[in-house]
Amino acid sequence: MKKISTPYLLLLPGMGFLFTFFLLPLFNLAQTSTQTPISGGDTGQNEQTWRFGNYVDAFVANKEQFSRSFIYATIATILALAIAYPLAYAIAFKGGKLKNFMLVLVVAPFFTSFLLRTIAWKQILGEEGFVVPTLRSLGIISQSTTLTSSAFAVVAGMTYNFLPFMTLPLYASIDRIDPRTLEASGDLYANGFTTFRKVTLPLSMPGVVAGTLLTFIPAAGDYVNASILGSPQTKMLGNVIESRYFKIVDYPTAAALSFTLMAAILILVTIYVRKAGTEELV
Amino acid sequence: MAKQPLSQEARSVLNSMVSRRAVLAGAGAVAGAGALAACGSGGNSASAKDTVRWGNWPLYLDVDDSGKKYPTLEAFKKQTGITVKYFEDYNDNDEFFGKVQAQLKLGKDIGYDLVCPTDWMAARWIRLGYTQKFDAANVPNKVNILDTLASPSFDPKRESSLTWQGIMGGFGWNTSKNPKGIRTLDDLFSPANKGKIVVLSEMRDTIGIILRSQGVSLATVTEDQFMNAVDFLAKKIADGWIRGVKGNEYAEDLTSGDATAVIGWSGDMFILKSENEGKFDFAIPESGGTISGDNMMIPSTVTAEAKVNTEKVINYYYEPAVAAEVAAYVNYVCPVKGAQAEMEKIDPKLAASEFIFPSAKTMANLSVFRSLTPAEETSWTEAFQKAAGN
Repeated sequence: MKKISTPYLLLLPGMGFLFTFFLLPLFNLAQTSTQTPISGGDTGQNEQTWRFGNYVDAFVANKEQFSRSFIYATIATILALAIAYPLAYAIAFKGGKLKNFMLVLVVAPFFTSFLLRTIAWKQILGEEGFVVPTLRSLGIISQSTTLTSSAFAVVAGMTYNFLPFMTLPLYASIDRIDPRTLEASGDLYANGFTTFRKVTLPLSMPGVVAGTLLTFIPAAGDYVNASILGSPQTKMLGNVIESRYFKIVDYPTAAALSFTLMAAILILVTIYVRKAGTEELV
Repeated sequence: MAKQPLSQEARSVLNSMVSRRAVLAGAGAVAGAGALAACGSGGNSASAKDTVRWGNWPLYLDVDDSGKKYPTLEAFKKQTGITVKYFEDYNDNDEFFGKVQAQLKLGKDIGYDLVCPTDWMAARWIRLGYTQKFDAANVPNKVNILDTLASPSFDPKRESSLTWQGIMGGFGWNTSKNPKGIRTLDDLFSPANKGKIVVLSEMRDTIGIILRSQGVSLATVTEDQFMNAVDFLAKKIADGWIRGVKGNEYAEDLTSGDATAVIGWSGDMFILKSENEGKFDFAIPESGGTISGDNMMIPSTVTAEAKVNTEKVINYYYEPAVAAEVAAYVNYVCPVKGAQAEMEKIDPKLAASEFIFPSAKTMANLSVFRSLTPAEETSWTEAFQKAAGN
């Protein structure tokens, strides 16, 4: 009797928390998503009518922002992976005594608020930053081209903001790789590239999967980068949900969009994890 | 619509924090409706005797150099013995409403005796019966309100609201990029500004100015006329003329050079103009600008005793001398008649400012957006938000 109850007792606080702050709100959100405005009621007054058509309407009206969210998030994830992998590799294998210091550097941006970092990008890419004048004088961009308020700025901001989420799991799994496996690969006449492809990469897959998930999921739902660095043409689903919620005061559509986003992410992630096949992670 | 004589950076940080917080609050609102809303009103316990709890926009009242004391409130306390607890936590109309709505509905104390919603939100409070009418005997200074602001459609006799500050919407521009200035929409959409225009996310100002340029009266605007103006805006956005639809972050875009022309607010532009000698300017469009206001109102949940004290506060700020002191600090349109004469004594230069005391000619060219029905509010806002990419 006692043997069974202890683990359950230990689970209790966590379950209680999840129930109150995840399951109940989720249920509430589901309910809200199928409400319709009371005819003749005031702004934001809805009644429960179980109208599932809300989902279709919400999706059709915002397809564009929907696909944009996933495209931007995918690009940002790929870029972050491309930047973080060599970085994590270098820290793990070549960091030596400086390993911990370098890890601190990776995490250091977190000591500043997410918003401040994003606003800093606005300065970096703005007219008064050094990037735009440099690119202009090199003739890479025209005199009238600006970098802020563009898809480029939004994706750059997301890549930067989520980079540590990619780097840390990658580092953790690359660091665990026994260097002797790489030596063995060399002994078996594999060149550097083959060693990477056949040994390093497969062994670091748990890190790749964890990193991409930790980057992609928040990036797909992000609205801060798009609202600070973007233009009306680069709005993402998060921005639509915010505006539905607070500006239009259309709770059902906001709730339906939130659910659709959640479902879409869940489906994509499931497919991805299955394909990547890392039992270690799930 | 926060009005902040702050550095642009600080202002934009504040603004973004506000919007981020707004979303968090929103998540809570979906979440546990009643339960969460109940803990939403901060720590302001029920009103003590001779205390008035006032929630207002940040940096919207005269403050001393230490940043901790409000001279006009100190004087008020000396005069009446009433302590005003001043909270600068009215950051966003929607957020604030979301925060106190549940308690208003239940008739429970919301933690404030005096609030300051913008016109359209004030209209919603009045419509829902969430305010109390002033006792006219306690607010005799009410007669001092400027004629332009005296009878808005949401409160034609100003029975339960009085303007705190007025806000003019018009054109702002970088003078070196627009040497001739901007007086019309054509000037705004001149090729030199292509891709560098920012317009306000406050629909009544942006669409209001477009409507006026199309010869439409804001007092009688119809749905067709409104949608027509939204289409105009959507087209300009799609064609790449407009880089952003924003709150007061547009001021930062102007200073950084990312924007060269904007539809903006007088108070922000006043600060930009005075901080950057001659680099920026502001004007009311030839075809007409907008004027709106934030309104002092007493929530329905305030007790009779606290209401009397609150009315004294409201009345006090409608004394011309006091209003002038506030205006010297906040730089928005002072809604009180006679304050200009009082301002002469404080700062003659400010007394001559068109930003704070618009001339009769300017005033005649400003109009108030009519109140919308709840259905209009939803569908018009939706159309505007869609145009803005949301």
